[in-house]
Amino acid sequence: MKYLSEYRDAQLVRAVMDEISRTIHQPWVIMEICGGQTHSIMKYGLEQLLPADVELVHGPGCPVCVTSLEMIDKALAIASLPNVIFTSYGDMLRVPGSSGDLFSVRATGGDVRVVYSSLDAIKIAQENPDKQVVFFAIGFETTAPANAMSVIQAHNLGLENFSLLVSHVRVPPAMHAILGSPSSRVQGFLAAGHVCSVMGFWEYPSIAEKYNVPITITGFEPLDIAQGILLTIRQLENGSHAVENAYARVVTFDGNRPAQKTIRQVFEDCAQAWRGIGMIPLSGWRLKDEFSNYDATNRFQVQSIKPSESQLCIAGQILQGLKKPVNCPAYATQCTPEHPLGATMVSSEGACAAYYRYGRSQ
Amino acid sequence: MCLAVPGKIVEIYETNGLLMGKIDFGGVTREVCLSYVPEAKVGDYTIIHVGFALNLIDEQEAMETLALLDEISKQDIEE
Repeated sequence: MKYLSEYRDAQLVRAVMDEISRTIHQPWVIMEICGGQTHSIMKYGLEQLLPADVELVHGPGCPVCVTSLEMIDKALAIASLPNVIFTSYGDMLRVPGSSGDLFSVRATGGDVRVVYSSLDAIKIAQENPDKQVVFFAIGFETTAPANAMSVIQAHNLGLENFSLLVSHVRVPPAMHAILGSPSSRVQGFLAAGHVCSVMGFWEYPSIAEKYNVPITITGFEPLDIAQGILLTIRQLENGSHAVENAYARVVTFDGNRPAQKTIRQVFEDCAQAWRGIGMIPLSGWRLKDEFSNYDATNRFQVQSIKPSESQLCIAGQILQGLKKPVNCPAYATQCTPEHPLGATMVSSEGACAAYYRYGRSQ
Repeated sequence: MCLAVPGKIVEIYETNGLLMGKIDFGGVTREVCLSYVPEAKVGDYTIIHVGFALNLIDEQEAMETLALLDEISKQDIEE
């Protein structure tokens, strides 16, 4: 497949890794912000090809992992209601709430359906006028254009039986939270290429400047990631902290303006609770007042839910790059993909699941 | 979750006021929304996430990146 196979060329990846070895003269800690990149790194064994002086730490860029427990519990409560068809991207079905997950709701008779796109949820609402159709609108900036478009479509089609349970998170505020923490070890960032395909990278130079960290916009194939690491190491070794784009075939400085316009039409900034991390100011998007009739939390009585998190799970520290999955006493014992304690062991992009799937024990 | 895959646009049309299209993912064809890439033409490659085209893929940029990495590879072989 064009634009995939060229970026999986083992010889080229090895050559870039050799170049990294020639470039590096001291230890550096780089965070890949995106869970998709964590997954690729583990899948292709990239961390094992890197020189020992490069330490990759895994960031909070997995929306499934950071969707707050309270929001998961609200989803479970709404999905359990008799007249509701609850629609969601597939990643969310196995994420544990305080008690059970969306699969267990489905097993006990709830109408929970996996959709490929937000527009599929719109279609279900059109086909089921006597049911309330709720769409679980989670995601980073990558997913927001699709979720925002469903609101515009519902509005244009006059759908009154469609609403969203919104849990959107944004990358730049999370980077601020990580870099602003006294315990942060992060010296350079691989920025999430698909987030930047939508948002561009005009928000990043001020972050690089403020915290003196190089930031490289990076794609997801092994060669993309190797190149992202090389460019970041070059900057670290030179003492520079600019924003570079190693994913220029997809990402431009301005990003996708029509998509940004639709996001801004539908959503506004808000503080957002991140599972395992806590509240980060202005790190989320909620529906604007003029679209509040599409807000599922207004339509269903789910305001008083009190979540209860597992005491064993250290996902929060893993999501901030402070610990690795293998540092968790429950990893691969009490916590496995079949019986997850936290979302990082569920999502295909969660660091714990990636470590487990690819057999990492150190 | 932010997984997005490249595909080739093989058809463009409108449904319910939205610009839609058929995308070929190396033999598998799916319908996606092209509203965010209004400049798209049949034959263009685009990057798709949850049923929406996020951006068109810039062939020139792709070739330049690969040429750059090829240079590194040649140096590597010489050493």
